[in-house]
Amino acid sequence: MATRGFGAPVQRTNDSRLLTGGGHYVDDIPLAGALHVAFVRSPFARARIKRIDVSAARAHSGVAAVYTADDLGALDVEMPLLIPHPCLIGPRTQRPLARGDVHHVGQTVAMVVAVDRYVAEDAARLIEVDYEPLPVELDLEKAIKSDAPLVHGDVKNNIAAHFVQTSGDPDGAFARATHFTKIRVRVERSTAAPMECRAVAARYDTVSGELTVWDGTQAPISVRGGLASLFGLDEDKVRVIAPDVGGGFGQKVLLFYPDEILVPFAAMRLGRPVKFIEDRSENFIGSTQERTQIHEIELAATKDGDVLALRDSFLHDTGAYIPYGIAIAQVASTSIAGPYRVPNIWVEFKAVYTPTVPVTPYRGCGRPHACFAIERAMDQLADELGLDRFEVRRRNLIAPAQFPYTRQGLLFADGLAVTYDSGEYAKALELIAKEIDVAAFRQEQATALKAGRYLGLGLAFYVEGTGLGPYEGGHVKVHPITGKVYVNTGLSGQGQGHETVFAQIVADQLGVDPNDVIVVEGDTGVFDWGVATFASRAAVVSGNAIHKAALKARAIVLEAASNMLEAAIDDLELVDGKVRVKGTDRGATLAEVATATNPLRYAFNKAAQSATQFAPAARHDGPQLGEGRAPGIEATDYYAPPHATWAYGVHAAIVEVDPGLCSIKFHRYLCVHDCGNMINPAIVEGQVMGGVAQGVGGAFYERVEYDVDGNPRNANFMDFLVPYATEVPRVEMHHMETPSPLNPLGVKGVGEAGCIAVGQVLASALDDALKPFGVAPFREVPLSPNAIFEAIEAAKGRRP
Amino acid sequence: MSRRIAPVLAERSDDPRRAINLTVNGEAVTRDVSTRLLLSDFLRHDLRLTGTHVGCEHGVCGCCTVLIDGHSARSCLTLAVQADGSAIRTIESVAADDGTLHPVQRAFKECHALQCGFCTPGFVMSIVSHFEEAGTLDLSEDGVREMLSGNLCRCTGYQNIVAAVRRAAELMGRGGKG
Ligand code: FES
Ligand code: FES
Repeated sequence: MATRGFGAPVQRTNDSRLLTGGGHYVDDIPLAGALHVAFVRSPFARARIKRIDVSAARAHSGVAAVYTADDLGALDVEMPLLIPHPCLIGPRTQRPLARGDVHHVGQTVAMVVAVDRYVAEDAARLIEVDYEPLPVELDLEKAIKSDAPLVHGDVKNNIAAHFVQTSGDPDGAFARATHFTKIRVRVERSTAAPMECRAVAARYDTVSGELTVWDGTQAPISVRGGLASLFGLDEDKVRVIAPDVGGGFGQKVLLFYPDEILVPFAAMRLGRPVKFIEDRSENFIGSTQERTQIHEIELAATKDGDVLALRDSFLHDTGAYIPYGIAIAQVASTSIAGPYRVPNIWVEFKAVYTPTVPVTPYRGCGRPHACFAIERAMDQLADELGLDRFEVRRRNLIAPAQFPYTRQGLLFADGLAVTYDSGEYAKALELIAKEIDVAAFRQEQATALKAGRYLGLGLAFYVEGTGLGPYEGGHVKVHPITGKVYVNTGLSGQGQGHETVFAQIVADQLGVDPNDVIVVEGDTGVFDWGVATFASRAAVVSGNAIHKAALKARAIVLEAASNMLEAAIDDLELVDGKVRVKGTDRGATLAEVATATNPLRYAFNKAAQSATQFAPAARHDGPQLGEGRAPGIEATDYYAPPHATWAYGVHAAIVEVDPGLCSIKFHRYLCVHDCGNMINPAIVEGQVMGGVAQGVGGAFYERVEYDVDGNPRNANFMDFLVPYATEVPRVEMHHMETPSPLNPLGVKGVGEAGCIAVGQVLASALDDALKPFGVAPFREVPLSPNAIFEAIEAAKGRRP
Repeated sequence: MSRRIAPVLAERSDDPRRAINLTVNGEAVTRDVSTRLLLSDFLRHDLRLTGTHVGCEHGVCGCCTVLIDGHSARSCLTLAVQADGSAIRTIESVAADDGTLHPVQRAFKECHALQCGFCTPGFVMSIVSHFEEAGTLDLSEDGVREMLSGNLCRCTGYQNIVAAVRRAAELMGRGGKG
């Protein structure tokens, strides 16, 4: 390989398979004789179960089993609290099947296993459940009042957690400040809506005692550990495989969704493979959601716009349970000052139970909320001080010389003080200002206005703590027969392109084509050390682990080849799948080196002859495998980041609003972003563009609506509006690359970046576009035609 | 787990069944199917053509798009019995037998127009049908986006799919306006 893999827009290595229908998503795994699952789910947000009658369902032809909580034995327990934290008050988690009370519409109450899904659904309808409905309060602010009905009888005021963090001396700074800006913002409930819903299949082999689970999860190793512990099995007897997964975005990591336990349970009980393939409506009521937060943020500044301190107090809706602890609220609270110095911070949140689908991280995980709060506040500050929006930001950005920039007292999601490692924030802001050409836009805007058209400029800056620990591993092995390189890591992919970027990393070290590097991840039968895919961490944590393992493998290759070729290591190079003596045509293929490093007795092929005991290459004194040496070319290493590495970016857009139809149209969408060194710019762009599209959904279209009784009103794709190509703008992308000083590859995560800023971009663009009407600033996302209509009406004075 | 007596299980449902005859990817197929079986499930489970995906089962996402008698259709909104007598084409038939990708597939690969790949077969089928049906292709930005507006993708943000449509047109020598 003459060209470097790292940094090149290498075409993805897996695409031909996916493009020809050769993907293997969970439901595509052939499992002869598999039975299918359907659930009975609660139609009430809060109710007490008085009676369940499953007799008709059990008697239904084609039904193999029906389970309620009473049938689950040791599995009839609350699921683990995944991330404990001292500020949690009586943390409550989900159960496989409801016992006694139900806490949200969609909660699983009974499970039917039948010959096919059609019959399973028929039988589920035959199950009679008597519920005694209980009162509910859906409004977050009312839910914490003392007279509000409780989601969990023993959790007072529905407050699941209360936490305060302080950095610097906010009180002192507030006393010194001369200008104060206080606003309230709200981000609404949403959901990840991956195109493939969740899916689990399991097979139990009574001969080997092995349980194999195919789970469209982001965390196969963690699921494996949890299942082994729940079922009392040896970890090695449980194999969890995340095959191709059709998008995850955070929703596909929870230990455990009921089906993740009950499908293996039924497979073991019934001696047949069992499958649960979630349908779209179930994904809306049975798989976790995110987003609702209400922030009251106050900035304390000087008259020239230097922000000395901020106070932020917010409510975080955690839904019916809090299995993920305070993860989302903690990320929001510690990202609250964005890219700005703000040396003094006081931030408080309360996590609140509501009788709705449980909340766990969804792409962004608190960052979109924090970005929306701080950026709306910065706009307000600019307006109040008569400063330009770019200028107020310019005055507060952390300067390159100030890195590493630590916010003592704010502990990030890795439990460590927030420390931004590197960045060129001011440069990014200048770049976007130049690309959008603010002066030219102002003219265009004025001309358009004369013609009765309303254009606005939106702007948002975001930061993203990425690449969280604890660690991941990488395993590299050169196959002696084919010379292909096998690479493994423990986390799993959901379409991000891991197989390609990890291949690029290894290809560079071993001098092979990335297409000859075969990455297998997400299968505990192959590699079972590691954690999971979340928090934009795969490239950072697994990427560096694989890089370290590849360096070790390279050293083994060089040493072995130096013996074989009788040349000094410094005279060798790895190119085109060969080790070559530089400047000569003498060399050996990787396959030959791999074969020769594995001493053999039987020459099973021609190459193997060189490794047998009487072959010249193998001749040496002493044992054929030296003390402390391992056969072949194989290496494993691990990477544990010192702390999160912070990516960032600036987005801007030009949006036209039609005040008659209250519709919007993006004329331009620009993105400057910096995720450190890019392993593959094409993949980075894909991540950012996909994130922007999801952000556009969250900014204008997608909102999970609950009525006052807690019924979701739009739990399907007809009513929950995921944008099509016609709604998503073309993104003009500009890359910056400030290497992370924290890891050998200098990379930062990019998975979540795209979606963070979009709400603020749109809200600020609408403010700008509708200024001629005198509308009040938009402070809630998603926005909607209705929100635009009401804002204009209110401005006209027709409404209060 | 203690060994239990194997339960007695029906091998299949008591649903009324009917024989259907159709052509799938050029091959004649005769099967006995439950009358309520969706075409998507028939293709995926009975014929094991799992490249046709199911993202919503209510006609919105387009993941399940196949060609029925040359026209793109949602296999999740079609019963298998309705396909009796028709010719179905699925994603498995698009590349050549030797594995050479169809220009639309090749363009997707070149333009990084897929990530998780779950929506991809639906997009490819629907684009292929547009290329086969339309007289003049509207290759303007808006025109291509309109062409894609029957399919949802949650990963890519569509931009590279737009690029792939144009690239495919170029590869196939299909000019168009825009
Ligand atoms: S699965 Fe058929 S349109 Fe979504
Ligand atoms: S590539 Fe994942 S949904 Fe389109």
